[in-house]
Amino acid sequence: MVLNWKIGGVLLGLVFFAAVLLVKPIGVSTQFVILDAIIADAANPGLITATDEGYTSTNAHLAKSGGAYAKNAMTPLNYSFIFVLAMALGAFASAMARGGVGRDERRLPAIWYANYGDTPWKRYGMAFLGGFIVLYGARLAGGCTSGHMMSGMMQTAVSGYVFAAGAFAAALPVAITMYQKEG
Amino acid sequence: MTSILLALVIGAAFGAVLDRIGATNPNWIGKMLSLTNLHLMKTILLAIGTASVLMFAGQMLGLVDVGHMSVKTAYAGVFIGGLMLGVGWAASGYCPGTGVCAAATGRKDAWFFIAGGLLGAAAYMVSYPMWKAAGLLEGDKLTLGAIPGSDYPALTTISGDIAGIVMGALFIAVAFILPERLRGAGQAVAPAE
Repeated sequence: MVLNWKIGGVLLGLVFFAAVLLVKPIGVSTQFVILDAIIADAANPGLITATDEGYTSTNAHLAKSGGAYAKNAMTPLNYSFIFVLAMALGAFASAMARGGVGRDERRLPAIWYANYGDTPWKRYGMAFLGGFIVLYGARLAGGCTSGHMMSGMMQTAVSGYVFAAGAFAAALPVAITMYQKEG
Repeated sequence: MTSILLALVIGAAFGAVLDRIGATNPNWIGKMLSLTNLHLMKTILLAIGTASVLMFAGQMLGLVDVGHMSVKTAYAGVFIGGLMLGVGWAASGYCPGTGVCAAATGRKDAWFFIAGGLLGAAAYMVSYPMWKAAGLLEGDKLTLGAIPGSDYPALTTISGDIAGIVMGALFIAVAFILPERLRGAGQAVAPAE
């Protein structure tokens, strides 16, 4: 059972407010780039190099804004990266506390089963493809559902409204077409 | 050290709440985006409104540091990227944050989402110069109104604090007005999980 929307909404709002009150607005998708950079720099040690002022990279994206991403990849014990790891821990603890996600659900979500039957590998392929498009889009947009849609719109950022308009304009027709059976 | 502690506390709280409202469950996302059960949509709208009203009221009262705000640049790529994210979000039922949380709760498909996401982010890193050269990443950090204590350029001359509280109230009102479902007949069905 999920929390009633009035309670869940206020709780989620309090988390977003606490983040701005104490540190800065919540964002997640940048950390996919940081993890990529950590992996790529381990495989190819010349990717990120130290400079007098900090770090830079042969990759233009990691080198932008004075090498900000390059620096975060070299010092992963920073607020934003730890935040994402803690988020995973929080979700795990919460799921365990309510008895865990059922075995069937962990293998294949009910909505997929209702529409496409017992085809877990098709589902995993779709999740992989979806992940690719989501993160490519989020990086192009400079943020995701957390950073643009929620943190952005709560700050009256025009970029937040523009992002939300794009996301829903695409998401609604795709979901309506793909998931016709309610499950 | 304090910042690491804050990351742990706020991050864990965020993950736990996402789990409790159903946002990490692709069944809830699928129903929300196909408009057959708007419970999660109401939750999210109420959250944005609540956070907005608290933040701007706090800034007006001097209790919240305006310097903690971080407004992102509005540029053409934001809309194009938003469209892309929307397609993948609907198809997979995950966005970057909820995908990570869902993987932590043991959902197998979410691990594939993360793998695809790492590859997608890497593909963007490589293709970044193309978007930059096309001029699609240029813009301003615009806000609706002029926010006292910040130097973000504003779209209008109205007070940014008032605009934030009014928009927040609007989000809350929409959360209440929105029906349980917009498509299909009968009562909105909640996923079993």
